[in-house]
Amino acid sequence: MALLEVRDLSVTFKRKGIRPFTAVDRISFDVEPGRTVGLVGESGSGKSVTALAIMGLLPKRGAEAQGSVRFEGTDLLTLSDKQLRDKRGRDLGMVFQDPLSSLNPVIPIGLQITEVLERHRGMSRKQASVEAKDLLGRVGIPDPSRRLSEYPHQLSGGMRQRALIAIALACKPRLLIADEPTTALDVTIQAQILALLQELVRETGTALIMITHDLGVVAGLCDEVNVMYGGRVVERAERHALFAAARHPYTHGLLESIPRLDAPRGEKLLPIKGSVADNIPWEHACAFAPRCPNALDRCREVMPELVPDNGGMLRCHNPVGAMQGVRA
Amino acid sequence: MLRFIVRRLLQAVPTLLVLSILVFAWLRLLPGGPAGALLGDKATPQKLADLNHVLGLDQPIFVQYGKFLGRILSGDFGASLISGDSVLAEVGRAFPATIELAVFALVLAIAFGIPLGYAAARFHGRLIDNATVLTTLIGVAVPVFFFGVLLKYIFAQKLGILPPSGRQDVTIDATHITGFFTLDGLLTGEFDAFWDAVKHLILPAIALASIPFAVIVRITRASVLDVQSEDFVRTAESKGLTTPVIRRRHILRNALLPVSTTIGLQTGLLLAGAVLTEKVFNIPGLGYLLAQGIERRDYPRLQALLLLAALVYVIVNLLVDVSYAIIDPRVRVR
Repeated sequence: MALLEVRDLSVTFKRKGIRPFTAVDRISFDVEPGRTVGLVGESGSGKSVTALAIMGLLPKRGAEAQGSVRFEGTDLLTLSDKQLRDKRGRDLGMVFQDPLSSLNPVIPIGLQITEVLERHRGMSRKQASVEAKDLLGRVGIPDPSRRLSEYPHQLSGGMRQRALIAIALACKPRLLIADEPTTALDVTIQAQILALLQELVRETGTALIMITHDLGVVAGLCDEVNVMYGGRVVERAERHALFAAARHPYTHGLLESIPRLDAPRGEKLLPIKGSVADNIPWEHACAFAPRCPNALDRCREVMPELVPDNGGMLRCHNPVGAMQGVRA
Repeated sequence: MLRFIVRRLLQAVPTLLVLSILVFAWLRLLPGGPAGALLGDKATPQKLADLNHVLGLDQPIFVQYGKFLGRILSGDFGASLISGDSVLAEVGRAFPATIELAVFALVLAIAFGIPLGYAAARFHGRLIDNATVLTTLIGVAVPVFFFGVLLKYIFAQKLGILPPSGRQDVTIDATHITGFFTLDGLLTGEFDAFWDAVKHLILPAIALASIPFAVIVRITRASVLDVQSEDFVRTAESKGLTTPVIRRRHILRNALLPVSTTIGLQTGLLLAGAVLTEKVFNIPGLGYLLAQGIERRDYPRLQALLLLAALVYVIVNLLVDVSYAIIDPRVRVR
């Protein structure tokens, strides 16, 4: 049994007077213990909403999650608020995108770590402080005992993200969700944070869901990748298979749009044309069709199903043929 | 922190100096003057000129100001033109009544305003929220003196459960040490005197508290709504913390920052409101002195009162800044 089994998860936002909007549309995937699974897609593809749904952090009013999210056999969507609170922070940890706004500005870093230890591991404030110091040291923050009493604004961006990771990993969760953890950081810091995550995941055997729009992150970290488009998974593959031969035109487009150092001077970049706003509903078409270079008439009439393909899964009527490997 | 406070107090000196010039000039720009007010309508120009000469008001204004400044630097604000008493002694007698009232009103406004504002935000869009918004709208809109008269009519006249005016019942033989009657009652152990003073404070304090209460409710509500959707609250949720911890430690603490600023601003207005409230409830405080002083163009008394008001304002804002630094580490002086 997988650690996490997401089955037909849909998230619909409903507001009075506005047409319901389905941000995540019947997606399914598994996460095995100790594995790193990527959710990749551009803004609005539904990857962050998927993460919030798994954590039970969707807004209480106006958002509805359907399907099932089985964590060690328990469907998280059916748990009460209290049961979910007992799991969050202990079994499920999450690291967010913007480390500055994700930390409380008016309480010290130390308390922000110890409060989760006190809550889930029944530690006294004193024990928790010792543990927090240890955690900060482990995520690579120098002089941890001094940092405990400092506030978020006194830390650099990279350190803040390290502190957030320390918080998320404080109770040794079995699943960690990282939602674009490096997007708000400098490139040099990004590499450090990714290396840190990779190391911690390996050490603790924590499974990781890595949410990103950056294929470089995928290449460095993920075992398996789910490419999302318009709220659905359009391609799933092992990392090497994906980079060697992306089958879906969207994945292919993402890879093509990465600037390459070894390209001849003056060669044009190949962006994916259009934007998510051009999507057509999935009901009787492929949402990507209006932007797709491979689109056939069929793509605008019949919804493609997610079917096994080449060892992975693919949702496309007219996939890209064997292509050259892309160096990431 | 101590250096910060000392620095801020020193910064207040030029502020007060400039204010003293403005106050001095402004009083003398007002039509009429103390001589006219003292001698009445039938005074001859000769008598007016004589009195102005005696009071030193016929000298050039900067000479007058120079003398005034020299005297106040040695702690002499002159004598009231109405009572002939030292202005400082007058103010000293009236000051406790006003401060006691203002503090009472402020405590009421904060003690009820913050919880109610928080509750309104928690139940956003529901009945309690709408009722709160409506109540505070009325609170801001109704003039203090009207509200005061209304309270007096209902609770003193009709129901007769609270005294209509004054600071303490004349039949009570209370010992006064500080001039703050409630405090005196506690210090001397005369609890009947204490209780009587409290009863006298309730109605005027409610009347005076109405506006700051309404403003505090609204700012708290808006601020809590704002903070609730912050990223760090989501982080707190992701840690599985219990709801009370999230509310107290993560939401309320951040939400109180703008509230503390508001409290500072409201305190200034509270002093202005006290003038009206004291009139309605016949409280011999600064407001009473001020109203009488303006009618009679009592320059020395008005100068002292206005400078005192400015000083209180400076001190209140200092307290707000200090409290801000306690709540928000980002503004702490390094």
